[in-house]
Amino acid sequence: MKEARAMKKNILISPYGGLLLLALMLALMPLAVSNDFHYDLLTKICLTATVAVGLNLLVGYAGQVSLGHAAFYGAGAYASAILTSQYNLSPMVALLSAAAGVGVMAWLVGRPILHLKGHYLSMATLGLGVIAAIVLNNEEQLTGGPDGVGLPPLSLFGHELSVFGEYQFAGLTFTGVELWYLLAAAVLVIAVLLALNIIDSPLGRALRALHGSEIAAQVAGVDTAKYKLRVFVISAVYASVAGSLYGHYSGFITPTVASFEHSIELITIVVLGGMASTFGVIIGAAILVLIPQFLTDFQELEMVVFGAILMAVMIFLPRGLLPSVLQRLQRGAQ
Amino acid sequence: MFSEFFQFTFSGITLGAIYALVALGFTLIYNASHVINFAQGEFLMIGGMGTVVLVGADLPLPAAMVGALVLATVAGILLHRLAIAPARDADVVTLIIITIGASIFLRGLAQFFWGKEYHALPRFSATESLSIGGATLLTQSLWILGIAVVLVVALALFFGRSRLGKAILATSMNKDAARLAGIKTQVILGVAFGISALLGAAAGLIVTPITFTAYDVGIMLGLKGFVAAAIGGLGSSTGAVVGGLLLGLSEAYTAGYISSDYKDAVPFVIILAILFFLPNGLFGSRAAERV
Amino acid sequence: MSALLSVTNLSKEFGGVHAIEDLSFEVQRGHVHSIIGPNGAGKTTLFNLVTGLYQPSDGTVTLGGRDITGRAPHKLCEMGMARTFQNLQICMNMSALENVMLGRHRHLGSGALAAMLKLPGLRKADRACREQCRELMHFVGCGDYQDHAASAMPYGALKRLEIARALAAEPDILLLDEPAAGLNATETDALRSVIQKIAGKGITVVLVEHDMKLVMNVSDHLLVISYGRKLAEGTPEQIREHPEVIAAYLGGGARERQAREVPA
Ligand SMILES: Nc1ncnc2c1ncn2[C@@H]1O[C@H](COP(=O)(O)OP(=O)(O)O)[C@@H](O)[C@H]1O
Ligand SMILES: [Mg+2]
Repeated sequence: MKEARAMKKNILISPYGGLLLLALMLALMPLAVSNDFHYDLLTKICLTATVAVGLNLLVGYAGQVSLGHAAFYGAGAYASAILTSQYNLSPMVALLSAAAGVGVMAWLVGRPILHLKGHYLSMATLGLGVIAAIVLNNEEQLTGGPDGVGLPPLSLFGHELSVFGEYQFAGLTFTGVELWYLLAAAVLVIAVLLALNIIDSPLGRALRALHGSEIAAQVAGVDTAKYKLRVFVISAVYASVAGSLYGHYSGFITPTVASFEHSIELITIVVLGGMASTFGVIIGAAILVLIPQFLTDFQELEMVVFGAILMAVMIFLPRGLLPSVLQRLQRGAQ
Repeated sequence: MFSEFFQFTFSGITLGAIYALVALGFTLIYNASHVINFAQGEFLMIGGMGTVVLVGADLPLPAAMVGALVLATVAGILLHRLAIAPARDADVVTLIIITIGASIFLRGLAQFFWGKEYHALPRFSATESLSIGGATLLTQSLWILGIAVVLVVALALFFGRSRLGKAILATSMNKDAARLAGIKTQVILGVAFGISALLGAAAGLIVTPITFTAYDVGIMLGLKGFVAAAIGGLGSSTGAVVGGLLLGLSEAYTAGYISSDYKDAVPFVIILAILFFLPNGLFGSRAAERV
Repeated sequence: MSALLSVTNLSKEFGGVHAIEDLSFEVQRGHVHSIIGPNGAGKTTLFNLVTGLYQPSDGTVTLGGRDITGRAPHKLCEMGMARTFQNLQICMNMSALENVMLGRHRHLGSGALAAMLKLPGLRKADRACREQCRELMHFVGCGDYQDHAASAMPYGALKRLEIARALAAEPDILLLDEPAAGLNATETDALRSVIQKIAGKGITVVLVEHDMKLVMNVSDHLLVISYGRKLAEGTPEQIREHPEVIAAYLGGGARERQAREVPA
């Protein structure tokens, strides 16, 4: 009896159950929202959450802090912009080439810095991020400089997907905004599925061991340098894909996509939502995208309120929102 | 040719002195509490902006300066009391996010109460510049160097001689032992944050007459201070000063001889190069991790 | 008999402190080889040197005839070396069972693509690994904690968890650093039988331990070190009679130390 109950609970709280719930919620979202503005927010949440899910593999699971992850997001977005508008590649080909290029870039920069520990790794990733932002600002011929650069609409299987378009499917009419949301949601679900698969594998165990005890991992046969590099590359590719998509979605990007502030926003999402909690960081992403909407009432005080919320959550729920709430629920149940 | 070099060197040292003060603030807090304080740059902003605002309220310059320094020190102590102390056992990344939250909060307050405009302060001396061997030296730079040297010496004396300074050192080295020896470690940590804020504010104040100030100047200055501290090996005061000067000089030479577009990238290129060869900074310990 | 592990003129210096100085010895294949010596003698440092966590200042280490001096720990693991730690190295962010499964890392495919796509082969291997590791936990006597978070386990169980993790690698040679510290008399007795069973499987065991009763019971060979140098070497009987060892280590001091280390 007790065992049966435990089993049932296991399925409910198993990560894949969470994925099902997430997919269901995302699929039902259109029933709850009606206007383009809401769809716009939802799309941004899904794309931001995709970056966060990847970054969480690096920071939350493997315990390697990156304060420069927006560089990879920006690199993906700019690579897509440059490849489509200057080299006439189709958006999907550009997106995939960008992801591959960013992966190689992450591998190259990751090799020398990932043996650094603690604050020195933070410093190095931060430095890389700042340098990337400065390069994007200064290389005007390539990037358009501080004014930014435009991107064409995404095209899928020969069909252009523009936020301004209208599309017919099986007798139904979709607006471009709605389709973009569905695309972003699908990308997020796939991103989560891949992340959950990684975590629930020998690779995932090795990554978590890096966080738990690097020494234990080493003597258990884990080539720690190799695994750090791997997860760094994986999380960079997540960021690159989301960056490319965001670029096509918004049609225009500026160097702020790769700024230090954006890197900080990304790491904040992970820590706020809950390190090593894939669903927590999705909540974190939702909060960080939505907070400015709620804070418009405060106008000039927006930064003050945001800073205060950030400090308060981290002080009172140091493990992040979702893990802390789940812990309390569990304690309540016992 | 030589006068140009001399001029770049001089402005580099001036800039370096500022970075050194910020880095010393970082080092102080890092040693005392192992926190990397991302709000450190905001103390510079409070030093500069606070003085500007108080001068605007018709206070004489010296009184305005003292007011701004006091304001920053109080902010530092409150930062520790309200945000760091309650999160004592939190993860390193969590603490980073807390200090980032604090820096956004402080920046937001400054923007709300003091506005978004850029401001300058009058120079401390009536003459603007001196000409030595063809090079033009700003008198304000001399003030910056003089004050920085005084502050560094005062800090060294404080830690070497005073009871309070020694208590901070003892707390840095071993918190539990210090507590057993009757030191109120939380009070001591608060003092460390206060002194660090004071240092930052002083740096922000003396640099304002030549660089302008605004609610958001703290971000870049704070980051560069962090770089300078990391070059020195996070936790070494000598390292912080050397790191600051090194940064200032390389930034000035890059701006002068190469391109000012990439001036802001210089500190980060340097720290990456250094960490590549010395993963614990120039002055960091290289002890084997105990297993 | 052939030497599996041999240490030649090994030295390690920490800023002037000679933790290990010109030490040479051999461990025979299939032996339980104990290393004893007072606290600070350099036993843990020796383990760290042999397992590649520290780089020696001088000297060589060979395993099965191959020079492994300064080789990375994960490579040594692949060559069949496993160990436990005096000051536990447990992943507190994982469950007890996952800690043991980590030990099987070298036997599992860990490709990123296979993991992302959850390929059936990988899943099957991982499921088998899980069962093997459950058994190992029973074998070392911490089977009750399988689905516990490591952070929720008592000290004694964690010490055994480390042994299970080390065994999961299916090593040829196992280095145990003070496995009985903090265990009570019954637990120590159980540990003795575990060590004997491990040796019975043909795994060479290098044991650092202060509990002389345990050491004398299980060892084929003993090495006594003091201040990083070899003091004596031989069979348990030879060591028991050795005048210098009696004076330096087995005398009153040892008994006192033992008394202190048995927990209430
Ligand atoms: N990482 C290290 N850094 C500096 N000194 C060390 C380090 N590891 C061990 N030592 C020193 O080496 C000596 C031997 O220590 P250890 O090997 O732990 O002894 P044992 O395990 O025999 O008790 C001690 O003096 C210890 O302080
Ligand atoms: Mg030891």
